[in-house]
Amino acid sequence: MNGPVLEISNITKRFGALTANDGVTFHLNQGEILALLGENGAGKTTLMNIIFGHYKADEGEVRVNGAVLPASHPRAAIAAGVGMVHQHFTLAGNLTVLENIIIGSEPLLRLDSRKAEALAKIRKLSETFGLPVNPAARVGDLSVGERQRVEILKALYRDSRILILDEPTAVLARPEAEQLFRTLRGMTAGGLSIIFISHKLHEVMASSDRVVVLRGGRVAAERVTAQTSPAELAELMVGRSVVRPKREGHATGKPVLQARGLSVTQAHGTGLDGVDFEVREGEILGIVGVSGNGQAALGRVLSGVAHATEGSLTFLNEDIGRMTPRALIRRGLGRIPEDRHAEGAIGDLAVWENAVLERLEEPAFSKWGFVRRSAARSFASDLIRRFDIRGASPDTRTRQLSGGNMQKLILGRNLANNPRFILANQPTRGLDEGAIAAVHAELLAARAAGAAILLISEDLDEAVALSDRIQAIVRGKLSTPVTAEEADARTLGLMMAGMWETSHAV
Amino acid sequence: MQFERRADVSMPALVVAPFAAIAVALLLCAGLIAVAGVNPLTAYAEMLKGAFGSRLSITETLTRAVPLIFTGLAAAVAFRARVWNIGAEGQFYIGALVTAALGHSLFAGLPTAAAIPLIMATSMLAGGLLLMVPVALRLRFGVDEVVVTLLMNFIVLLFVGLMVEGPLKDPMAFGWPQSVAVAADLRLPKLVPRSRLHIGFLVAILAAVIVLVIQARTVFGAETRAAGLAPKAAAFAGVPLARRLMMVALLSGGLAGLAGSVEVLGPTGYVTTTMSPGFGYAGIVVAMLAALHPAGVVAAAIFIATIFVGADAMSRATGVPSFIADVIMSVSLLAMLTALLFTTYRIRR
Repeated sequence: MNGPVLEISNITKRFGALTANDGVTFHLNQGEILALLGENGAGKTTLMNIIFGHYKADEGEVRVNGAVLPASHPRAAIAAGVGMVHQHFTLAGNLTVLENIIIGSEPLLRLDSRKAEALAKIRKLSETFGLPVNPAARVGDLSVGERQRVEILKALYRDSRILILDEPTAVLARPEAEQLFRTLRGMTAGGLSIIFISHKLHEVMASSDRVVVLRGGRVAAERVTAQTSPAELAELMVGRSVVRPKREGHATGKPVLQARGLSVTQAHGTGLDGVDFEVREGEILGIVGVSGNGQAALGRVLSGVAHATEGSLTFLNEDIGRMTPRALIRRGLGRIPEDRHAEGAIGDLAVWENAVLERLEEPAFSKWGFVRRSAARSFASDLIRRFDIRGASPDTRTRQLSGGNMQKLILGRNLANNPRFILANQPTRGLDEGAIAAVHAELLAARAAGAAILLISEDLDEAVALSDRIQAIVRGKLSTPVTAEEADARTLGLMMAGMWETSHAV
Repeated sequence: MQFERRADVSMPALVVAPFAAIAVALLLCAGLIAVAGVNPLTAYAEMLKGAFGSRLSITETLTRAVPLIFTGLAAAVAFRARVWNIGAEGQFYIGALVTAALGHSLFAGLPTAAAIPLIMATSMLAGGLLLMVPVALRLRFGVDEVVVTLLMNFIVLLFVGLMVEGPLKDPMAFGWPQSVAVAADLRLPKLVPRSRLHIGFLVAILAAVIVLVIQARTVFGAETRAAGLAPKAAAFAGVPLARRLMMVALLSGGLAGLAGSVEVLGPTGYVTTTMSPGFGYAGIVVAMLAALHPAGVVAAAIFIATIFVGADAMSRATGVPSFIADVIMSVSLLAMLTALLFTTYRIRR
């Protein structure tokens, strides 16, 4: 390893009363992979925005190869050879891979774009770094893994020597993520230096040389990866020791929800194609799979947002496959949506309004069409207390809650009246370690109280830790279930690849 | 220079925003008045005198504010649910036309206390139905209601022209294109004797209070607000989006229809194709200046009415064309939109 290529010195950034970065100092050495680890709100994204000139730091400076980077110039970082791969891709779906890569790096006022040259360069880069991609393909037709490769190529195409990846595995299934880290390792051998931002301990442990832990906007610690442990990192990141709760074996009851030949047709994306499953009292059924294989359709039909086109979905002897959300809520089905910002809660409403939005028509919360505000507020206060929703009063604007606390609010309003069935769709996606433990504990408590829970998760660790039985979803079909004990990595891998005929059924 | 989102929109900022916007608009228009060769302070003083200088001018300003309150409420109700009703002008005329038709003959025999509410309700229904069509088209086919409601204004105006030249033409009007008049006993009583101010003003205030209560206290208000802010989340939470938006259309179009009805029952007594100097469009400005708040709508409507009534007086006294009123109104809207931007974002350099 050689000297530092990127130095972050004493960066401080305040937003009003909030200090997002507080004297952050660390460096990146030539040819190393540095993990920037921190919970949501630790200041990781703010820091990246400062490096890339989107925000101006109140104090401190960024040096690339010893030279100070001018503040507030987004192009300065790129010119200095720093490339960013965003968590949410910045690609145009209607353009080809080639067009996406060269867009922005070509002079605007030239008629002949040098596509042949660009093509040769992209071919060479993708060969050198092991990033196979078809330059003529439309980006809209690519999988997320491929799109990420395009993003990386785009950065490399601009001659980046330093690559910063923001939560690169957030959208990837595990095999894709492992492939990504192998590729990154190859790049450092080729002389690149890499920072990746993450809050996942296992990938930090597996794939980095050094770790910088951010907490509350400050550098909490810096460790050489080989000399630390997941437990130590978790504690440094959260500031206290966190233990994810464990599922305890117990007998399950009678079936609560059953699907028989259930099909859902979707205008966009994969639907459901004649799936069977059942969830029993006190049981968590985990649905695992690579994203985009029909999880969305399953989540939508169980929420009442989409309707079954064929087959049946039976909840306590009643077919609910074609019911509206309101009808499902009235029957006491709990629903935790996949995207808490788009579907779960409305940021501009107060916490109390989100707490009762699903149940406004119930006599407890309205009378003659008028909202019973005091009842609604005290219900929200109860939720805040019971589910430890931090930084919230009933009148807080929901937008101001952190992701974890917003999820606790959604979870709380669903669990408050002891539902018989709960749909938990990606319940911990994007949450930090402390919030994940809290959500898991609540789901397990609901299970112990006899609720039937259908857990859709792309996080295998989570699915295995929580589920009694697991089914894989592949191209809209469900595998035969396996029990949690049988679900080793190989079995699950085969199931997720669509090969369950060869794996044994329960 | 760039914009950074503020952590939260503060209530004081929202209250200050319209005043700042109006101040900026008046400042900018002062330049124009100066170009016209008049001292802006003199001009604005004349304007204020013209709008509030006498008992008559005050009642005239308030009379002018009445339709603006209704159309402002119509826009506010719709915009809050993200239904972009640009068709209040057409709904105003339909309401006016229905009122003239019913008030002239059909309901003329009924007792006044029954006939007036009946006429108003029917006019509201007509305005509401007129907006429900484009909203239904949006829900069913994804047709942009901005385009449809805007273009329907012209169709309605031509239809009104057809009516006042034809079936509803007043034979006693010496050939003027105006409709038959409503029966004299159906005209709204005066609020102030020997002025044009009628009890329609109280009806408008009452409407604002009712809209306020609906929005702030009812399930319908909460659900439509949610539907406007985040339709996907509202649908997930069980809000029947299509039904709620149709009800919003009925309410919004109804308020604009009521504006036309009250205008006919109050000051005019009949319909002409020039009876509205753009009440429907001005309602959009009123709603935006009010940040869509019903109480703010009343204040903003009185402000816009002041500009229009005052501008006429100023024009007579100083020779500045009264078109300056339209300029002030438009600049106020732009300034308000800018002010709203600054309540949500701050500038960083």
